[in-house]
Amino acid sequence: MSFLHVDSITHAYFTKESAKVAISELTFVIEEGEFISLLGPSGCGKSTILSLIAGLQQPTTGTIKLKNKKITSPNNQVGYMLQQDYLFPWKTIEENCMLGLKLTNQLTVENKERTLGFLDEMGLSDVKKAYPNQLSGGMRQRVALVRTLATQPDLLLLDEPFSALDYQTKLKLENLVASTLKTRKKTALLVTHDIGEAIAMSDRVVLLSKHPGKIARVFEIPKHLRDITPFEVRNSPDFGMHFQTIWEELEAYE
Amino acid sequence: MNSSQLKKQHASYLLDLQIEKRIVLAWQVFILFAFFTIWELAGRLSWVDPLLFSYPSKVGNLFLSKLVDGSLMIHTSVTLLETIAGFILGTVLGTLFAAGLWWSRKASRIADPYLVVLNSMPKVALGPIIIVALGPGYLSIIAMGASISVIITTLVVYHAFHTVEPNFVKVIRSFGGNKKQTFVEAILPASFPAIISTLKVNVGLSWVGVIVGEFLVSEKGLGYMIIYGFQVFNFTLVLLSLVMIAIFSSIMYLMVEWIERKLIRN
Ligand SMILES: Nc1ncnc2c1ncn2[C@@H]1O[C@H](COP(=O)(O)OP(=O)(O)OP(=O)(O)O)[C@@H](O)[C@H]1O
Ligand SMILES: [Mg+2]
Repeated sequence: MSFLHVDSITHAYFTKESAKVAISELTFVIEEGEFISLLGPSGCGKSTILSLIAGLQQPTTGTIKLKNKKITSPNNQVGYMLQQDYLFPWKTIEENCMLGLKLTNQLTVENKERTLGFLDEMGLSDVKKAYPNQLSGGMRQRVALVRTLATQPDLLLLDEPFSALDYQTKLKLENLVASTLKTRKKTALLVTHDIGEAIAMSDRVVLLSKHPGKIARVFEIPKHLRDITPFEVRNSPDFGMHFQTIWEELEAYE
Repeated sequence: MNSSQLKKQHASYLLDLQIEKRIVLAWQVFILFAFFTIWELAGRLSWVDPLLFSYPSKVGNLFLSKLVDGSLMIHTSVTLLETIAGFILGTVLGTLFAAGLWWSRKASRIADPYLVVLNSMPKVALGPIIIVALGPGYLSIIAMGASISVIITTLVVYHAFHTVEPNFVKVIRSFGGNKKQTFVEAILPASFPAIISTLKVNVGLSWVGVIVGEFLVSEKGLGYMIIYGFQVFNFTLVLLSLVMIAIFSSIMYLMVEWIERKLIRN
């Protein structure tokens, strides 16, 4: 039994003008504790896959099973971090982080303290009474991560969490997220446009092709790169070679 | 540039701002003063017919005598209470209707053409019907104050609810939040700015509804004073009512602005 089993899912969006197949016959498996990246051109259905796994939509055909249970609606075993932070501007940082706990009626002293602990770990305890517009992009993204982790999901869905950040902040956050997830033994599915990021962060890279979204290829990242930090991966001698391989594949499917 | 130079520059910048502010204020006071002076002179020297246009000192005297005999207090407070009641009722009902429409997409589709018709209809034209239905008293007048703002509030607030960033809703849903939680945690707070801006419009609209209501019911209030003054050709009384309306509607507007500052951070 695998942790997450995506079994030949197809998803079509219906509008007045057309029925558009966003992803077609997609099958893959994620084992517990793995870090998988989805890489593919814009519009190939990456966000769609995440929202299906999050239970926000139902696939047109096929099933998704988490720990052998079919996903039919959002549940607190899955944490979804959207493409942008979408912190609520009228809530303080602390209130934003507690949102998930509040919505699921889990605002216990213990849960609150653990969440405040996360905030502290992310170096954000000074700004917990501040409002999101007082924070930089990198800080906001860290808050969004804390908000997602607060409800202690087993599976994290990360939709291009670093795409709006400057390069330096992005490198730092990659390290932070990778180590945070590793120490907590979370399983993660990361969507990204950035080949380097995919190689640096994941155990496996799933390459998608477009029209409709399909798995084109799967790259296993070698063991010695999995065990070091994303920043070290980017600096390792064989990083360039992996980058080159994936780049060429991607070019072929553009 | 060193820090003392910078400080000097900043000080002179602040001074410029101060001076600018004073000049604006001086002009405002001057215009007010000039207006009343010219009006007074025009009335006294009969440049205009003082019977029609009266003049400030006459209005002032009337103000004092009406204040002393207590009738001004009564009329003003009646109108003020009716306006506040109409304003609150219109805003609250409009927001509730909007929430209902947001809740059920189908209801909003069905209601759409009716809202368009009701919105384009001049609500004061409903006055006689309202008075027949609710009786010629303060209830009808409050209803008129409310009716004039309720539809536009519904439309504006519903539009605000409907255009809330869908990803805020997605965040709530991804945590398994239900529809009620979505409304309370995302839709309503995200729409506060829109609701506040309808408050500002509704202040003005409620005054219109209430004054017209008082014209029709002709019993009490500043609207009644205007219509009475008009009928007995006492334009000093009409102008006194107008001055009172100007003062109190401005106060209400300032209060709404104050609430806005309290409710909305930045
Ligand atoms: N709500 C929707 N209604 C109709 N079509 C949609 C909807 N959402 C997505 N699509 C279509 O489905 C396809 C996949 O969209 P999706 O957002 O999953 O792509 P993506 O891979 O995440 O793209 P990007 O990298 O730009 O974020 C696109 O062609 C898009 O136009
Ligand atoms: Mg996307």
